[in-house]
Amino acid sequence: MKRERLRREAWVTHARALAARGGRLVALWGTERAEGRVLCAAYATPEGLQWAELPLAGEATFPDLAPVFHFAGRMQRALGDLLGLTVENAADRRPWLNHGAWPAAYQPLARAASGREAFADCGVIDYPFVRVEGDGVHEIPVGPVHAGIIEPGHFRFSIVGEKVLRLEARLGYVHKGIEKRFTQLAPLEAHRLAGRISGDSTVAHAWAYCMALEDAAGVELPPRAAWLRGLMLERERVANHLGDLGALANDAGLAFGLTQFSRLREDWQRASREIFGHRFMMDGVVPGGAAADVAPPMLERMRADGERLAKEVKSLRAILDGHAGLQDRFLSAGRLRPELAARLGVTGLAARASGHAIDLRCDQAWAPYESLEVRMATQRNGDVAARVSVRFDETLESLRLIGEICDKPPRGEHRVELQVPAGEAYGAGWVEGWRGEVFCALELEGGAIRRCHAHDPSWQNWPALEHAVMDNIVPDFPLINKSFNLSYSGHDL
Amino acid sequence: MQRIVWKILRTGILTEPVYNLDKLPEVARIHHEILHILGRALCIRQVDAGSCNGCELEIHALNNPYYNLEGYGIKFVASPRHADLLMVTGPVSHNMEVALKRTYEATPDPKLVLAVGDCGCDGGIFGESYASCGRVANVIPVDFAVPGCPPPPIDILRGVLGLARRMK
Repeated sequence: MKRERLRREAWVTHARALAARGGRLVALWGTERAEGRVLCAAYATPEGLQWAELPLAGEATFPDLAPVFHFAGRMQRALGDLLGLTVENAADRRPWLNHGAWPAAYQPLARAASGREAFADCGVIDYPFVRVEGDGVHEIPVGPVHAGIIEPGHFRFSIVGEKVLRLEARLGYVHKGIEKRFTQLAPLEAHRLAGRISGDSTVAHAWAYCMALEDAAGVELPPRAAWLRGLMLERERVANHLGDLGALANDAGLAFGLTQFSRLREDWQRASREIFGHRFMMDGVVPGGAAADVAPPMLERMRADGERLAKEVKSLRAILDGHAGLQDRFLSAGRLRPELAARLGVTGLAARASGHAIDLRCDQAWAPYESLEVRMATQRNGDVAARVSVRFDETLESLRLIGEICDKPPRGEHRVELQVPAGEAYGAGWVEGWRGEVFCALELEGGAIRRCHAHDPSWQNWPALEHAVMDNIVPDFPLINKSFNLSYSGHDL
Repeated sequence: MQRIVWKILRTGILTEPVYNLDKLPEVARIHHEILHILGRALCIRQVDAGSCNGCELEIHALNNPYYNLEGYGIKFVASPRHADLLMVTGPVSHNMEVALKRTYEATPDPKLVLAVGDCGCDGGIFGESYASCGRVANVIPVDFAVPGCPPPPIDILRGVLGLARRMK
């Protein structure tokens, strides 16, 4: 990871130059140091991760990155809520994460704030959605409490007849102060919080945090630890893909699919509990390695389980692929074309289903993937069917990887001791979770966490959902939404 | 179609059965006791008031063939107005406080509230802060709480039974 300081006038030109040679924005956040506030951005470049910094020296505004990287817009609005920093000449001044829970003058991420302040009811702030006007246009408000067992968020549909003209999402309902909470935890304990940023990606977030801490402490991960983490990450990918495939079939009216995939998922999670002690493998990734080693009989079992599951998945795929009614709902629904996906900066699974070959397991050199030769799954259609297909391919590929890892795990320690540096230290972690790239930036000072920014790929992909649903009918929204399956908690923090 | 029927036949019935009490006795026992107490269906409205979505995944699992909750007349409904029971997860975020209170008010009496997960029980790792109200009971009255991070489906099922026993 390369950390680079930029001058104000170079902030946007630097981003433009990076974009021109294929770089991507990964995350944008702010921090307060002794010198004052600093705006930070992480970029994916062909040479690896780059951490750019813009010291603000007392200024409360910063140059707008959204014209270069579209999805920066919401992260920049969140900076206003959390640190009082706003874009120069901002057109959109609506708060993003603060729905009136704290006064506008309070800055939770400032050093002066303890994070424990409690405010009397500040009133729910009215949020003006963008209105679509014309003959027969009307709005459907949905949420924050949804009809299913899902996370809270608000969707405002502007429709004519059944057709969606525009969707605008309002998120932030599950903002629970995670980034401030990090600063109250000891660095060797905070992986537990990282593992609860988004329950479905607990391994990915915990790994990204631990990678950042190990980077800051200059600790080399033992090979066996990296392989164990790889096992857990691939198991997490399989579990989520199985769940989504079942839910997608169900949302398109094939309850058989839900029954079958939820049965496979339950078997899988029960095995995770037996092997790693937890159905989601929460707290399985710890600073310095993995919480526990896996004995040879369990490795053998995992390999056999994987082979059995691959057979089941293939037989179900044949059924789903051959089901005309199901394919009729999947094909061309929620289409996100490759050009648009590129402009929106979409990442992870959704990007791969729209023709973009981005997968950190293939693009970047990190253990254990550098020695596993991951075969990336891509599709060009960008519709629900493409995202289903990528999930099938990735499930089978993960099962193959699990087999490979179990066949030849390196010997040695599964965990090394980690000394938290006493002085100022910086570290970054970057992991390809099942949904996409999970990132973590960590600043340590005096043996404590000064700032920890955790970034879920949902930030990149939520705006894409709004585009994918345009011109589709309202009843297809649940299906299209599920095909992205984005995290609210991971986004709201 | 043929392949679907074949797959269903080969999968068989997985719901952990009554006669298999030694192996996995609890699921069936709990189902029967709940039905015995209630003598009717139970409608649950789930509300995520700030969870990390781990609890939601385990609540979803209650509908898989192993736990087969809906098969026993206990179902998740789309509106609080149809619900007997609110199943609430998460530390309640300040941004969800009003929505949770309104959901509670919209639920017809007699209404029951089950808090699910460590966060719902005591705020969990998130605790109370400028953005979090902590446990569910800080915002609406709670009748029963199920700890765990997240609690496995069987524990949530036990929680529903615990609540049903109170209704006796």
